[in-house]
Amino acid sequence: MASVILPAIPSESRPGRFGIYGGRYVPETLMAALVELEREYEIAKADAAFQAELNALLTDYAGRPTPLYFAKRLTESLGGAKIYLKREDLLHTGAHKINNALGQGLLAKRMGKKRIIAETGAGQHGVATATVCALLDLACVVYMGEVDMARQELNVMRMRLLGAEVRSVSSGSRTLKDAISEAMRDWVTNVRTTYYLLGSALGAHPYPTMVRDFHRVISREMKEQILEKEGRLPSAVIACVGGGSNAIGAFYEFLHDRQVRLIGVEAGGNGTELGQHAARFRGGVPGVLQGTFSYVLQDENGQIASTHSVSAGLDYASIGPEHAALHDSGRAEYVAQDDAAALDAVVKLARTEGILPALESAHAVAEAIRIAPALPPRDILVVNLSGRGDKDMGILARELNLKRI
Amino acid sequence: MPIRFQHKPGLVVYITAGDPSLDATRSIAVAAIDAGADVIELGVPFSDPLADGPIIQRASERALKHGVSLKNVLGLAGEIRAARPEAGLVIFSYLNPILRYGLSRFADDAAAAGVDGVLATDMIVEEAAEYLAALDCVHLAPIFLAAPTSPDERLEAIASHSKGFVYAISRTGITGKQQSLAADAAALVARIRRWTTLPVAVGFGISNADHVAQVAEFADAAVVGSAIVELIERSTPDEAPGAVARFIKGLRLPETALAR
Repeated sequence: MASVILPAIPSESRPGRFGIYGGRYVPETLMAALVELEREYEIAKADAAFQAELNALLTDYAGRPTPLYFAKRLTESLGGAKIYLKREDLLHTGAHKINNALGQGLLAKRMGKKRIIAETGAGQHGVATATVCALLDLACVVYMGEVDMARQELNVMRMRLLGAEVRSVSSGSRTLKDAISEAMRDWVTNVRTTYYLLGSALGAHPYPTMVRDFHRVISREMKEQILEKEGRLPSAVIACVGGGSNAIGAFYEFLHDRQVRLIGVEAGGNGTELGQHAARFRGGVPGVLQGTFSYVLQDENGQIASTHSVSAGLDYASIGPEHAALHDSGRAEYVAQDDAAALDAVVKLARTEGILPALESAHAVAEAIRIAPALPPRDILVVNLSGRGDKDMGILARELNLKRI
Repeated sequence: MPIRFQHKPGLVVYITAGDPSLDATRSIAVAAIDAGADVIELGVPFSDPLADGPIIQRASERALKHGVSLKNVLGLAGEIRAARPEAGLVIFSYLNPILRYGLSRFADDAAAAGVDGVLATDMIVEEAAEYLAALDCVHLAPIFLAAPTSPDERLEAIASHSKGFVYAISRTGITGKQQSLAADAAALVARIRRWTTLPVAVGFGISNADHVAQVAEFADAAVVGSAIVELIERSTPDEAPGAVARFIKGLRLPETALAR
């Protein structure tokens, strides 16, 4: 009988690992597809024609580069560090998600896949995917939790208008986590014909690496722009972290610039008990959820905990594995801002700068508001404004009592 | 103890542990063994069962509602082992409950309970070095899934790292009942046999005597899961063991086998 020797090397040095985190923990049925995806992605990545096509779309279709805007009135009102906003909210479809959706959409097309599936929480990734599928003439099915469909209804309508089929998910907590499980069930069933366009830096290898690569452009531009405007690197880069795609994109080009603090902001929700928040580094334990080994909010029996955040996009029990590694190594810091602070930050940014951030991005703004006053004026904070808040008007109207102001 | 298929064709019966209660699962498992099940797969309920269809999802939710944990399932395994020393006993779980319990503590406790093998749905051979070492220490059989989409080099690795039997998935997809058996299954089993002399069990979608008879033509055993879990869902806890026993006896009707 043949004997196959398992790799004796420690898992950290295998592809798809970030320290001890990451890897591939999926039903065997998906393995051939993941291996194919990894191979095709590596080939595409090295192909100048693919990169040129992607760059042309990022520029002419999505609207890159996005501005790095000095938030003068916000800065003055806080009286400390200078605050810059990286305006990913100005991209087509309203969030950074389009960077990855275009990249993976082109890859799917190149691989000859005609049917795309995706999960979405806040709906921004779903809208970006539906948009790219319309552009590239691909069939599109988006899974979305019932709770999220209700709170982000506008995005549901946008996806349908774009020609996507939105399938509601009524299992479990009926949010992002359950939408991912349902998308994976679809993929495992239709794996031969279907491309799974995962929207965050999560899941089995190669997704965390590939999604990060498609968002690296954020920090690449940030770096050039801040050097041009200020002649030096920022003191800190601040980004909200759900799965962590905008944050890893905003951090990546600064990883070796040790003087730049990298601050990820998780959803503090409405309390510190398990179930009241989505702050994985505040009570999460390393484990496996949906294909990857990372910090997971779970109970003592290894059952995944429910989470809460006012922002659907941060409302998830696990976090991208590269963030888990950056957390453990200390290279990035992770803090939490709660629902109330995020809502306050929306109002503050709207009234000082005339910019309405997405509730997700507002968590990052809230952290800047918290730390800026105590920092010297020569310090520079760059906040990745990952998305705009139009989609949140229903929640904001209710939470901020806008009908009665 | 090595897993043996005493009947022909062999039958592997999956039950979600703790649905509707741990006591009921014990009675159902014993009744299933007495009715001719060679191996019992005790499913550990998990909050996010992404490889499972609606029937097993619902069963997991019911079990979790009354707090069934991996520790409970291992206790239950010990009771079944004490009642039926000869039957094969496999723990079927998603990885996270096992990791949270602690890999080596799990292996020790499973072995102490008299469990023969472990199947972790989301564990693939490439990631399994530590897992295999932990199971090997206490002589637990690792059982890996083989899929119709697995290329030969993966089947070789799967076959050579499995013990007890190899679990061949009949079709791409999640667990659940289906009308007819996919043509994929026979081809997959033939490919697996190139790499191993272990018995091969075919599962996913096997739900009646006709399916079992078809599987018997090319494999050593059939795995029946969702059909039994659905039967338990429809029965009262008192009726369930009898209903499951009758169903299992009906899966191996000689006339059905002859008619093929």
